Amino acid sequence: MTEQKDTAALNAKSRSYRLLWLGALVVFLFILPIFSGDYFLYMVMRMVILCLLSYSVNLLLGYTGLLSFGQAGFYACGAYACGKVLLAGTSLLPGVIAGILVAAIASIILGVFCVRHTAIYFAMITLAFGMMIYSLAEKWVSFTGGDDGLFGIPRAPLNCFYLFNINMETTSAYYYFVIVVSLIAVYILYRILNSPLGLIFQGIRDSETRVSFVGISVKNSRLISFTIAGMYGGLGGALFAPLEQTITPATSHWITSADPIIATLLGGMYSFGGPIVGSVIYFLVKDIVVRLTMNWMLILGIIIILLVLTFRGGVMGALRPYLSARVR
Amino acid sequence: MSNFIFQALNGLSSAMFLWLVAAGLTVAFGVCGILNVAHGSLYMMGAYFAFTSFYLLGINFWVSILLALMGVGIIGFLMERFFLRRLYDQPIEFQLILTFAFILVFDNLSKMIWGTMLIIPNMPGIFRGTVPIVGRPFPIYNLFIIFAGVAMGFIIWFILNKTWWGMKLRAAASQREMANAIGVNIPALFTAAFVFAALLAAIGGALSTPIRVCDSGVGGSVIIQAFVVTVIGGLGSLKGAFAGAMIIGIISALCTLYVPFIELFVLYLIMALVLIIRPQGLFGGER
Repeated sequence: MTEQKDTAALNAKSRSYRLLWLGALVVFLFILPIFSGDYFLYMVMRMVILCLLSYSVNLLLGYTGLLSFGQAGFYACGAYACGKVLLAGTSLLPGVIAGILVAAIASIILGVFCVRHTAIYFAMITLAFGMMIYSLAEKWVSFTGGDDGLFGIPRAPLNCFYLFNINMETTSAYYYFVIVVSLIAVYILYRILNSPLGLIFQGIRDSETRVSFVGISVKNSRLISFTIAGMYGGLGGALFAPLEQTITPATSHWITSADPIIATLLGGMYSFGGPIVGSVIYFLVKDIVVRLTMNWMLILGIIIILLVLTFRGGVMGALRPYLSARVR
Repeated sequence: MSNFIFQALNGLSSAMFLWLVAAGLTVAFGVCGILNVAHGSLYMMGAYFAFTSFYLLGINFWVSILLALMGVGIIGFLMERFFLRRLYDQPIEFQLILTFAFILVFDNLSKMIWGTMLIIPNMPGIFRGTVPIVGRPFPIYNLFIIFAGVAMGFIIWFILNKTWWGMKLRAAASQREMANAIGVNIPALFTAAFVFAALLAAIGGALSTPIRVCDSGVGGSVIIQAFVVTVIGGLGSLKGAFAGAMIIGIISALCTLYVPFIELFVLYLIMALVLIIRPQGLFGGER
């Protein structure tokens, strides 16, 4: 009985620590434009977008136990859909929503086939679908612009039924848009993962058989997870298109799918904050190493090899004992 | 019609490279359970080693191939012995990520060492020239590649089915504990099997030097084609790898001729369809 109380107290305490971290992060993100230049804001936006894509990967990898090599396909779906809609001359929000919707539809349709597989076969079929999207992006020249991609995508103003009309041309304005949308998205994902549905996903990861014995359809739950993951990928792409104002087929290549996997692994795939920490570290390492030496791939490769061999829990996994010790 | 036959033959010769890479991939998977994403990079290293010895150092073509095999064999040994061996009891996702990291390392190392040397060395003397096939000149070297690929198929078949080592390998692939119990040194066997797989990729790479340009991105593009091939044939099945390589090689050559803009799409569509309809592949057993 007392033990239960203790755990409850401990949970409450660790929760408040977590909230403190989160609050600090949010405040930091919001005051950042005051004292930093456009390049740094751009970097942070890239980190945030990579982070969304990493959540897309980690919902499948860390929470549902499926490694997808094709998330870049949905990322590209979001980016191209958003780019197309914005090029047609709408405001920002319809573009982003179109990106999410197209990615959702693509992931439902492809997901039906993917979720019947696990482990290697899942990785392979997502790879195949991702590369199909890549070849479409590359060869369907009349729609996607082929190798050149879409260019001149406007950062359309954000307006909503004559209520407000905000100009998004400046980096800091767009930065706030990206931050707000991403924070909302991450919060929604947090709620999903801590809901019964999220527990089902984790149950499937740990033991598929037991979950199906309880009477839950494993395939349908996987499909839901796959669709949500696709939508997060799509959102990442939809935010990416107006940021870069150009999209090329490379966004859908399987090498792009590997970035968020690495970021997730760096941060730690079994903790909610992992993708955030991982994306930040991945970008910083890349940025710093690129400045110091041309051989950033070598350094990154060695870091990943060491991580896989030693800390499979990632940075967050390695820090966990210390974090919880402080809570006690 | 002569276009068709000629292009199909061209496809057949490029299928042989695919076959050698896919054979290694499938041996490593079938025996050790390793899906080596960096297998294409071993092909690339084979090509670079052969290039260095044949073109830069001017060593005899056949000796160059042997040197390339030795180099890649050592790399394969180090990879299995010091890295992959630690992951046998971990989920397969970690293997995929670890071997992906090896792609980054190999790509970067090759960039550091060879830079962007986009050179195709001169054909070794005996392979210069062409033979007429359906009224057109077909390079002798491409014929040699077809011959060499089929011959390698026989050699692999012979090693696996007719030698004592091959028997141990098959025993370990189907019943690891049992093989261990009757005295097969499983860790040593796994290392040897992985090196064998690496050598197959290296032969493909080394043979490609006189006709294909090698750059540091080759590893990634080769492995993706090899994945398509092995998935179509069935992961772990050598027969499947051969058939898959022929199918993919010929279809992609014909697509290049008739419908060049959908070539890639068709390949991945075939891969996806096989996974949907027959996930164990055309020649794979039960999963």
